[in-house]
Amino acid sequence: MKYNKILTVRAVEQVNAGHVLIRLTDDKTLPKPVPGQFVQVKVEGSPSTFLRRPISVNFYDEESNELWLLVQLKGEGTRTLATLKADDRLEVLFPLGNGFQQDVKPGERVLLVGGGVGVAPLLYYGKYVKEQGGTPLFLLGAKTKADLLEIDCFEQYGQVYLTTEDGSAGEKGFVTQHSMLDRAGFSFISVCGPKPMMMAVARYARATNIPCEVSLENLMACGLGACLCCVEKTVRGNVCVCTEGPVFNINKLTWEI
Amino acid sequence: MSDITTNIGRLRLKNPVMTASGTFGYGVEFADLVNLADIGGIIVKGTTLHPREGNDYPRMAETASGMLNCVGLQNKGVDYFCKHIYPDIKDIPTNMIVNVSGSSIDDYVACAAKINELERIPAIELNISCPNVKQGGMAFGVTSKGARSVVEAVRKVYDKTLIVKLSPNVTDIAEIALAVEDAGADAVSLINTLMGMAIDINRRCPKLSIATGGLSGPAVKPVAVRMVWQVAKAVKIPVVGLGGIMTTEDAIEFLMAGASAVEVGTANFIDPAVSVKIAQGISRWLDDHKYKSVHEIIGAV
Repeated sequence: MKYNKILTVRAVEQVNAGHVLIRLTDDKTLPKPVPGQFVQVKVEGSPSTFLRRPISVNFYDEESNELWLLVQLKGEGTRTLATLKADDRLEVLFPLGNGFQQDVKPGERVLLVGGGVGVAPLLYYGKYVKEQGGTPLFLLGAKTKADLLEIDCFEQYGQVYLTTEDGSAGEKGFVTQHSMLDRAGFSFISVCGPKPMMMAVARYARATNIPCEVSLENLMACGLGACLCCVEKTVRGNVCVCTEGPVFNINKLTWEI
Repeated sequence: MSDITTNIGRLRLKNPVMTASGTFGYGVEFADLVNLADIGGIIVKGTTLHPREGNDYPRMAETASGMLNCVGLQNKGVDYFCKHIYPDIKDIPTNMIVNVSGSSIDDYVACAAKINELERIPAIELNISCPNVKQGGMAFGVTSKGARSVVEAVRKVYDKTLIVKLSPNVTDIAEIALAVEDAGADAVSLINTLMGMAIDINRRCPKLSIATGGLSGPAVKPVAVRMVWQVAKAVKIPVVGLGGIMTTEDAIEFLMAGASAVEVGTANFIDPAVSVKIAQGISRWLDDHKYKSVHEIIGAV
């Protein structure tokens, strides 16, 4: 079931110079999303923002009845979202898309790889993996130490491994160069981040014969499978990322890896 | 309470608001979010004789007060529609209308003939105005001769309500509408998208995979209102107006310009329930202004 609800902003926190965390709530119990699903946010007060903005679910908590959106300030639409204050209202269409693999068995070591704001959906998923009795291992990358997001949150659910391009935190380089990958033993890998990064991780997964899924962020309009704008080429032809994704097993894509 | 029922030829609509093809899927995608029975009609995604993969990604660019798209009629073909989609939508309690497209007259005819057999599809919207496919589509819609030839051919095999969707990418849209009327159309709908383009200045390349696309949204509305007004004065058959309708007031503009019904398109992407909100809004507006029937404002300008 999908809902279009006008939610209440509980808080907007500045995470770093380029990102905010929007914590939403409602009088009623929020519908529980599957980790990896996303929402379509209606942006008010930004004349140049015509369409809704698709944003992944960063975190959902039943107890506090909160839905978290980690937003990269990219254009006028997202910068307008960042000006929201506590008690403001936000129209949100959700939960959308398929989400990450839900079949996690106790004892499984699951590698969750995130780059930039792509770390966002991995927090809620990491919690889920842990709840299922699995062991989430977070491998998170960013340009510099200042660009790393929510590290303390991730540490609550599992071991965190970091890379930065300038070496200011964790190992220097890209996520695929991290020494933790040499130890392997992962049941599967879930990835979200820039496409070159996801392709590099997919290449590692294929070479080491580990199942791998990636979360895509193609440009979209409706989020409901109607406009057919967000398509990705798959072995079954063009499919909507908004309804058949955003998460795809790499074997279903036609990426050259 | 005012009467908001309207007719397009023999087709009766419970209210004058339909959803435009390519913006509302097959209706079922929106079933969680809006009561489909409260929509005057649902015009489903463009259907062609053979399956089409559509154009490459990226297919969409947001623009000032609108968007460009170059989807390119991605669909699974009419046989798949009849076998797998029709059974799921045939009992939706509103007018389910199929938008039919093609790249040759024979394709249009064969596709329309198959839809003609579907008992619960009371009308088709013949798309002779898609700007995003290389051959056909708009090619038929930009000359009176081309428009006439495809409508005449389809009319021979299609005996229910035939709506023809016109392209705004022409010198004189009223002339095309007259040709289509003469060829046997029951109604015309306009406008399809306006051909446009957007460029990514940092990458120095078009934002869309095939460079150009169709512009929709409020940006095109004044052009659409003008064209509906021109066509409604020229033809005797009903006109269905569309192009950038976001609000009740927008829809009323189209009705006053001469449209007997309207289609809401791009607005569905921003508010999935907007079509019903507009239908209810029209009813309220008529009541507030002491009109007994929507027909009192159709063509009032």
